[in-house]
Amino acid sequence: MTDPLLKVRGLKIGATIYPPGEKPRDIEIVHGVDFDLAPGKVLGLIGESGAGKSTIGLSSMAYGRGGVEITGGEVWVNGRDILKSRLRDVRALRGGEVTYVSQSAAASFNPAKKIMEQVIEAAVGHGKFSRRDAEERAVGLFRKLGLPEPETIGNRYPHQVSGGQLQRCMTALALCPEPDLVVFDEPTTALDVTTQIDVLAAIKEAIRDTGVAALYITHDLAVVAQVSDDIMVLRMGETVEYGPVDQIINAPQQDYTRALVSVRSIRHEEKSPGTDPVLRVGSVTARYKGTAFDVLHDVNVELHPGQTLAVVGESGSGKSTLARVITGLLPPSEGQIDFAGRVLSPDLKGRSIEDLRELQMIYQMADVAMNPRQTVGTIIGRPLEFYFGLRGAEKQKRIKELLDEIEMGDGFIDRYPAELSGGQKQRVCIARALAAKPRMIICDEVTSALDPLVADGILKLLLELQKIEDVAYLFITHDLATVRAIADSIAVMHRGKVVRYGPKSKVLAPPFDDYTDLLLSSVPEMKLGWLEDVIANRRMESAGN
Amino acid sequence: MRIPLAALIGLFFTALYFLMAIFAPLIAPYGMAEIVGDVWEPSSSRFLLGTDSIGRDLLSRMIYGGRTTIWIATMATALSFITGSVLAFLAAVTGGWVDQALSRFVDLIMSIPSLIFALVVLSVMPVTVTVLIVVMGLLDATRVYRLARAVAVDITVMDYVEAARLRGEKTMWIIFREILPNALSPLIAEMGLRFIFMVLFVSTLSFLGLGVQPPQADWGGIVKENKEGIVYGIPAALVPAFAIATLAISVNLVADWILNRTTSLKGGRG
Repeated sequence: MTDPLLKVRGLKIGATIYPPGEKPRDIEIVHGVDFDLAPGKVLGLIGESGAGKSTIGLSSMAYGRGGVEITGGEVWVNGRDILKSRLRDVRALRGGEVTYVSQSAAASFNPAKKIMEQVIEAAVGHGKFSRRDAEERAVGLFRKLGLPEPETIGNRYPHQVSGGQLQRCMTALALCPEPDLVVFDEPTTALDVTTQIDVLAAIKEAIRDTGVAALYITHDLAVVAQVSDDIMVLRMGETVEYGPVDQIINAPQQDYTRALVSVRSIRHEEKSPGTDPVLRVGSVTARYKGTAFDVLHDVNVELHPGQTLAVVGESGSGKSTLARVITGLLPPSEGQIDFAGRVLSPDLKGRSIEDLRELQMIYQMADVAMNPRQTVGTIIGRPLEFYFGLRGAEKQKRIKELLDEIEMGDGFIDRYPAELSGGQKQRVCIARALAAKPRMIICDEVTSALDPLVADGILKLLLELQKIEDVAYLFITHDLATVRAIADSIAVMHRGKVVRYGPKSKVLAPPFDDYTDLLLSSVPEMKLGWLEDVIANRRMESAGN
Repeated sequence: MRIPLAALIGLFFTALYFLMAIFAPLIAPYGMAEIVGDVWEPSSSRFLLGTDSIGRDLLSRMIYGGRTTIWIATMATALSFITGSVLAFLAAVTGGWVDQALSRFVDLIMSIPSLIFALVVLSVMPVTVTVLIVVMGLLDATRVYRLARAVAVDITVMDYVEAARLRGEKTMWIIFREILPNALSPLIAEMGLRFIFMVLFVSTLSFLGLGVQPPQADWGGIVKENKEGIVYGIPAALVPAFAIATLAISVNLVADWILNRTTSLKGGRG
């Protein structure tokens, strides 16, 4: 066996935290991690937020981000312990031997400089290539990564290319200095599912062709299964399981890994639609003030009492705009909305208190959906007070009932949102919506900001509450796995139009229209070789056309 | 909780000046306008800080002067914050033409240097303490408006404000329950700074003769009355100048400390 390119032994990483109202203190966030990476191999680091995966990734460049410090262990790159190296040698390593691809390309590129200048900067700066050679190399990488107009795309500014293209430019940037190791830190997480698959395929191909080794960091096991040779599952700074990808996916040894592999295993039987829908969106067309472009075009959907309508689409498809139209924040230019047998005023101001009470909303970012200066009790109590005039002991009793319903005890009443975890925050938002005893709740991407296991818990809770409270959900999401788990009917949106609509069993069964097919086939599956299959299928189809 | 040294120093001097202002008649050894000695007597056991240009006790003048200056500055600050921030929150929450009209009007006022504006207004109005407070407070409200609107606009786009709107809450509830608590810490820090500007503003006006009218004492006025003495090496004019400077610094130290403390409170930002 060849010597490993990267050898990490007993890596310990600490950080200083600043708890509110207390003295800052030092904590350990990574507790002794070991792994090896041979030249040309890909190791996937996977875990929830806070598992320490990005921190470990950056330690291979001997770098600690924002108050994070490597406190112990050894990191050997190409036979040198870089934690003991002088800063000058580490500088030669960073951006030369080891390079980094971050999650948000849009935030990482300098908007004032052309792409080419930034792609070749490290290669030229480290003296590895002359300017001309580096540019030539960059064009070759652009071509390899499937970017349009590879000869000239480097002359554009970052805002002149799409998000997926920019992420590929960043991969080119990382590969340009001919590194031995690239750290990919969630490179596709911020992308739409149909874009993600292209970027993923491009990254995989580039890794194979250049023979570079890679650390691939992500929270999505299905994604990492497509690109890695080995996988390391991390939780709270410790290794849960470490092994070849085949073993982790097909024969996980640890409970935690098993839970990750079987995530989204919720099964929900589709209910047959009743007679009177609680919500009917009739031929709604809408545009934002001052634009000449319809964000929604002739949208017709229905939602039946106690059921879930999933609205699926990529960013920009108009699904959140649909929610704004239904809530009255954006009056439609045409069409009308019937709710519980009455016509809703297009404008929020024209709606009765009863209209507002029966139509509640839960947001994607629970952090900003709750006033940070109000306690959980105030947040849940306000709708009770506002709609039902509950006061004092009666109100407290109802708050406790609601906290029980969301599986949080009454010990949370006096807590502030900042003292809750992501999942708990979202639960409080659910309780706030339920407090109004609504007929219908609009759930706008309520699980997309959460870790998979936490998101699963929220979905289960929502299904459970639907049975108890008989509330209908309009569930907006880009995640088809979520849709499969909870929907009764589905509307697929693309560029402001509903391209496919009906009961779940029909929408998810062939024959598909082109867009739905693309969308469905782009969702990563927890299966080895899935990426190759999809790409091969698409090539065949496009050759056939 | 430990209070940092800088904040302690600030708190001590701020409290000292405010207590002096409140209990002026009890502390001052002589009356405010009482002529008790010779012109510009040096400091002695009878007159701790000496006497002023017409033989009044400088310490008594300083104590009464502080009372006037601090009173005017405090009231003007309060007025500017109440008007400025309520209008700003209203503009941010309502948006549309209300926001446009208010903001452009504020721009208009701000385009005229406030000292010149105040001098013009005060030269045609009877100069009383109330008029001074109103003129200074309203002029400074434009600055508070700018800051408060910027802060509030950031808050109104938050989902919790949208949630409150969708619940059907009235504008006043949104302003006072959703926005105000979250806008408080930058506003409190600004309040310290604005108070200092008010002290400087009223002192400047008095020095120019359009502020507090003699024989009533105020720090700017005491500088004006005694400025000729500098030529003869008599330091009487430096005493109020020193008082203004120390008050400014100590209030600043307190404001800094409050800002740090409130942001690390439960549910604070950052």
